[in-house]
Amino acid sequence: MILTNIETVPGKTIVEHFGLVQGSTIRAKHVGRDIMAGLKNIVGGELKGYTELMKESRREATNRMIEEARQLGANAIVNVRYATSSVAQGAAELFAYGTAVRVE
Amino acid sequence: MVELAILIGLIAVGYFAGSAAERHHYRSIAEREEAFLHLPAITFKSSETLGDVAESRLVTGCAVISVDYFKRILAGLRALVGGRVKSYESLIDRARREAVLRMKEADPTADIIVNTRIETSSISKGPTNRESVGTIEALAYGTAIHLKKQGT
Repeated sequence: MILTNIETVPGKTIVEHFGLVQGSTIRAKHVGRDIMAGLKNIVGGELKGYTELMKESRREATNRMIEEARQLGANAIVNVRYATSSVAQGAAELFAYGTAVRVE
Repeated sequence: MVELAILIGLIAVGYFAGSAAERHHYRSIAEREEAFLHLPAITFKSSETLGDVAESRLVTGCAVISVDYFKRILAGLRALVGGRVKSYESLIDRARREAVLRMKEADPTADIIVNTRIETSSISKGPTNRESVGTIEALAYGTAIHLKKQGT
């Protein structure tokens, strides 16, 4: 599965469009991480636990999108976009969407 | 009296630890940015002018950065009179540059990254629940292009 965030897959031609595919996940941070983050809020700097959490969640959203595309028989997803929205205090939604295509 | 002492303690810890961490981070960002000069990240979409493409793939990088207690107080004071909030500017700048660097680190052998997009989101409120900024996430993503090498 080839993913790009431009309209084409460079060096290949799109032979079939399958339409929009998407994947999303909603994650809450766990209490331990929250306490650590609370401490980190005093000294500032990177919150490694959160970075990991966001990375994992985004990977999961992407994997769900890829799964949907695979079921359609696509072998590439073009124009992938990511979006983040905060659903509630302490929970975030990570959303990935793109256009499933078949390239040759 | 005890509360005041705690507050002053927090501000002092925030100031010293926070500015030390920021200096350290900026040094590391500058070093790595120099090391990655061979891999430009551009915001154009087209790659036709680049040459024959061997491989392309999506790369992402993200960073979650929080401000320290001292800067939070400073920004709170700044909100009274308005104007530039320098302490938050450096926070967001650090997060974005770190995210772009991580995106490049995701595929260090690529020749160019096209259609780079940077997104910023505030993922949590501050401990007092009044501030909307405090911890921000920067996400950078783009399409890493590997060109066909000459002679192959």
